[in-house]
Amino acid sequence: MKRLMAMVCVLFSVLAQAQGNLEINTPTVSALKNSMQARFGQLEVYFASGAIGLSRDGMVQVRDASLVPLAQRGAINSLVGAENADRGNLYREIAKANNHPEWESEIARTFAGRWADKARPGWWVQDGRGAWVKK
Amino acid sequence: MKKVLVLGGSALALAACVTINIYFPAAAAEKAADRIIDEIMQQRTDKPAVKAVTPQGETK
Repeated sequence: MKRLMAMVCVLFSVLAQAQGNLEINTPTVSALKNSMQARFGQLEVYFASGAIGLSRDGMVQVRDASLVPLAQRGAINSLVGAENADRGNLYREIAKANNHPEWESEIARTFAGRWADKARPGWWVQDGRGAWVKK
Repeated sequence: MKKVLVLGGSALALAACVTINIYFPAAAAEKAADRIIDEIMQQRTDKPAVKAVTPQGETK
């Protein structure tokens, strides 16, 4: 009887601690993070000019293509597309790594909030209602 | 009596399991997001600190 109670206590504490940290240490997450880090320098320039902004679903959006120099305008869509592919895969991978694939959209929203918080002054961020706000 | 306790204990554990599993760990998710975003946004470390003082044409 005592042993059963002890086992139940251990089970409870393990389940309670399961919330403490999200698993993010997978090779796929690392690869995506590195890919995004390598691209970030290019994106920074476009964030600063207002050409691109942070959407409320954790993605990047071309806000105003006219703010992209003509010579680079063709490349901006593939750059943003590549970034969004990485972001989508990142949110999906984190959800899967934690055995909750259904968490993907909540993770995306969580990231959206943190991206917005870390956005630099002058960057454009989409608010909860979809309006663009300059930080 | 023992059976009731075992059944009751299992039901409680199962309920706790379901309760915890359907709760999205927002705080843990924010912490994880912060760690990842900070790494993505970090500046290249090969820039010496003195560059911030000397006037350069390079944008940060």
